[in-house]
Amino acid sequence: MSDAAYPAAAAAPPRSAAPRGRLLDGPAGLAPTRRLSGKRIMIYGGLLIFSAYYLLPLWVMVMTSLKGMPEIRMGNIFAPPVEITFEPWVKAWSSACTGLNCDGLSRGFWNSVAIVIPATILSIAVAAVNGYALVNWRFKGSEVFFTILIFGAFIPYQVMIYPIVIILREIGLMGSVWGLVLVHVVFGMPIITLLFRNYFSSLPPELFKAARVDGAGFWGIFLRVLVPMSLPIFTVAVILQVTGIWNDFLFGVIYTRPESYPMTVQLNNIVNSVQGVREYNVNMAATLLTGLVPLTIYFLSGKLFVRGIAAGAVKG
Amino acid sequence: MARSGPPIRLLQNWPAKLAATPMILTALVVFIGCSLWTVVHSFTNSRLLPRLDFVGLAQYERLWSTPRWQVSIENLAIYGILALVLTLAIGFLLAVLLDQKIRFEDGFRTIILFPYALSFIVTGVVWQWILNPDFGLQHIVRSMGFSGFTFDPLNDSGLVILALLAAGIWQGAGLTTVIMLAGLRGIDEDVWKASRVDGIPALKTYLFIILPMMKPVFATCVVLISAGIIKLYDLVVALTRGGPGIASEVPAKYVYDYMFGNQNLGQGFAASTMMLAAVLAIIIPFALFRMGRKRHV
Amino acid sequence: MQKISMRRLLAGAAVTILPAGAMAADLEVTHWWTSGGEAAAVQELARIFEEQTEHGWVDGAIAGSGSTARPIMVSRIIGGDPMGATQFNHGLQAQELVEAGLMQDLTEVAEANGWRDTINPVSLLDACTFEGRVYCAPLNIHSPQWMWTSLSAFEKAGVEPATNWEELKAAAPALREAGILPLAQGMQGWQTALLLYAMISGIGGADFYNQVFAERNEDALNSDTLKNIFAEYAIARDLASGGNLSDWNMATNRIIEGTAAAQVMGDWAQGEFALAGKSAGTDYGCHIGLGGEPVIATGGDAIYFPVNDDEAVTEAQRALAQVILSEEAQVAFNAAKGSLPVRGDIDLAEVNECTKAGLETLKAGNTIPTIDLVMSSDSRGQIEDLTAEFFGSDLSAEDAHARFVEIVQSAM
Repeated sequence: MSDAAYPAAAAAPPRSAAPRGRLLDGPAGLAPTRRLSGKRIMIYGGLLIFSAYYLLPLWVMVMTSLKGMPEIRMGNIFAPPVEITFEPWVKAWSSACTGLNCDGLSRGFWNSVAIVIPATILSIAVAAVNGYALVNWRFKGSEVFFTILIFGAFIPYQVMIYPIVIILREIGLMGSVWGLVLVHVVFGMPIITLLFRNYFSSLPPELFKAARVDGAGFWGIFLRVLVPMSLPIFTVAVILQVTGIWNDFLFGVIYTRPESYPMTVQLNNIVNSVQGVREYNVNMAATLLTGLVPLTIYFLSGKLFVRGIAAGAVKG
Repeated sequence: MARSGPPIRLLQNWPAKLAATPMILTALVVFIGCSLWTVVHSFTNSRLLPRLDFVGLAQYERLWSTPRWQVSIENLAIYGILALVLTLAIGFLLAVLLDQKIRFEDGFRTIILFPYALSFIVTGVVWQWILNPDFGLQHIVRSMGFSGFTFDPLNDSGLVILALLAAGIWQGAGLTTVIMLAGLRGIDEDVWKASRVDGIPALKTYLFIILPMMKPVFATCVVLISAGIIKLYDLVVALTRGGPGIASEVPAKYVYDYMFGNQNLGQGFAASTMMLAAVLAIIIPFALFRMGRKRHV
Repeated sequence: MQKISMRRLLAGAAVTILPAGAMAADLEVTHWWTSGGEAAAVQELARIFEEQTEHGWVDGAIAGSGSTARPIMVSRIIGGDPMGATQFNHGLQAQELVEAGLMQDLTEVAEANGWRDTINPVSLLDACTFEGRVYCAPLNIHSPQWMWTSLSAFEKAGVEPATNWEELKAAAPALREAGILPLAQGMQGWQTALLLYAMISGIGGADFYNQVFAERNEDALNSDTLKNIFAEYAIARDLASGGNLSDWNMATNRIIEGTAAAQVMGDWAQGEFALAGKSAGTDYGCHIGLGGEPVIATGGDAIYFPVNDDEAVTEAQRALAQVILSEEAQVAFNAAKGSLPVRGDIDLAEVNECTKAGLETLKAGNTIPTIDLVMSSDSRGQIEDLTAEFFGSDLSAEDAHARFVEIVQSAM
């Protein structure tokens, strides 16, 4: 996605038929005039409209979460708060109730952390080795299994939910965090394996051959040659898995018990368990808190995130 | 990479086979095994607990004569077609806009893609708030003086799909945009040179030359979007819970409710088998198309 | 924190060395009592349990209604990760789990404490009994057949407070004029179905209700009475239009605020009234069977105890079963929740007029079986879907009736 790939025609500034001076009746010389053609305005206008559609919900969330309930009842959801209060945030984090449990979202947050860390590490470890074996150590049937794996990514989870309950029961992991971790490893496998397979096959095969000649084995080559030079793809995988697992709701609700509910499930519980009046400000603060981890990762990682999903999707 | 066959072929290349065991187990036990298990049990009258008491196609007969299932399928079709078309259109449009060597491209792209990082539960809760008739959009338009203005999709059976669409596209169109943008950037510069030499305007070039060249990218997007649409569940749970009435029910929710809520596993299995069939109907032609293309190249 | 690690320790110990004598355990209790009044009632029960026994209460509340919570409970029980105890409604909801041997046999506890002599009506215990053994502890009696009215709403509209369905219909235009919603109705399936059941027993009467649901009598199903009830049901849809309500307690809140005139809901609504400081007779009115036939269903909640291989937990389960039927717990829990005690030998010292009316109806034996006792979850789910669809669309009363008959007739 380098700049060199820009289509040249699109890069050429379009010429406007209007005389240049007339476009600038206001204060002259502020903006580069050649950008102000009708077409440019349309392009930026379009982008701004879409940006508004994308940003408004975020804006509304933040504003609502900073208002008191009386102000919410009186006012406009788009208006900034007259009086800023952080109480909804405190309440959402530490004292919002589901039944008798009034410890807010904090429990769900730590549960999610306890699920995401092992699930991310395990799923990436398994998938990276898969990808490596698929590219460099093919065996009879390996491509068949891989094809099944990719098909599997499209099977609706609903088809497999129930038999997995039985499998987890049989291996004694139903309801435990490790059961959920296992489920995430399994369902994360197709996309992450694909990611690594594509990455490893783009590396020069000479690397692998040279290491073979030096007498390195399966694990030696993987750990000493490939892993050190795959840092970017590991980062991409971590980003994908952390956000994916953090955002999961369906598996969390089925395969865990209330005390280990992930944050999304707890959010849904808090929002839907109404005691007296609905506290929209607390709900919005809770929503923002739940979205904070993936959003932080997203904003910090920027291009790597984009690269991850684009790589996973286009080459598939 | 076939090697000369030693006597014990299974042991050959054993570390790789060992390392691939999780993948093999996942493929065989979970993806194939569990799916088959569900398909088989969809022909039984399992209620709260699974049992192999076969009743032929009875579950399917009941499924297709149940109004809620019919509504679910209808909703999925309407939502699916609209979401697919709109997501593709918006995705392509945004990708083209972003491709105009604009300033702040990264900024715009960040804005368009950020909802994709969020959970559907988060998205559902937010849109529920924005569409709340007493506080949200309707209230605001009314307080601007249009007191007769009514826009309450969450409580209007006819419009509730719009609410799902607004939220679904908000969350998902960014991904399509990014994939399309990558596709646009991958197009050979010579194409643009040639079209400029011929004096074809940029808009026309996009519509008649670039668009057809993007077929594979579109195919990828169609598959990704469709797979997401069929799985549609979290968003409905968080945004409408299937309501008002049963106006926004979807198949995935039917499966869940029947399997666990109404204690009729057989129904749930039959419904999920139908979902599987729908996915295969999309995936298999796509896979054949891809394989065919690879062979030709 | 202390308790959790303690339990782990004990659980581990129980596997290796079989414990001798009493051991304290923490009991995870799952339920869907999450509204204000309900949570207050759970608090009482948990307090008494921890005071009277050495065991601990770990609260496993699952938000949403029973239809959200039950799947989670069931999947945990069949998934081999049972909770210590769990709420179900009386009736068929847990029957298959009992049949499969997944529930603790409480017969000893029941006999030692004379449940058969104290529980009234005894049908509640029968609902817990399977092949002569007892598998659950009834906790309370809930009757869904109530119409709650907001006296201030009627006052605002300048009309006499309705005491029955006909009067509510008559008052509706005046209420609408005053900007008051005549009927506050949550749009979730179980609530719209609840309204239908209440209309069938309230307008049709107890015998008719039994003919429809228990006997599935063809004549009753095709009778004009039932057709007429569906016509009234369509009127209810009109009275509720514009309410945009989903949760039941949000609808009750409209009654409390006086922005809606009436709600048909179970007696658990009283918990919300109590919490809001409203009193029966002066702030709100209550009318059994929508002011028609005064019969109540004696459903309610029962606590089931999934089979467990941890001896300490099993002991805690027995202790909880005993506590549930103790006088103290019965009084405290039911007062907070607005439900009736399951013991006939308890004198509730101060009950408001609504609870009194309920108790009198109960004593007079004007009872009908709760819907859970006569319909499977599957059939109930279908009725709930139908009624939800009805309220969310303009499905005609005739079509709804025809489909209702079909569902009941095909019920197993």
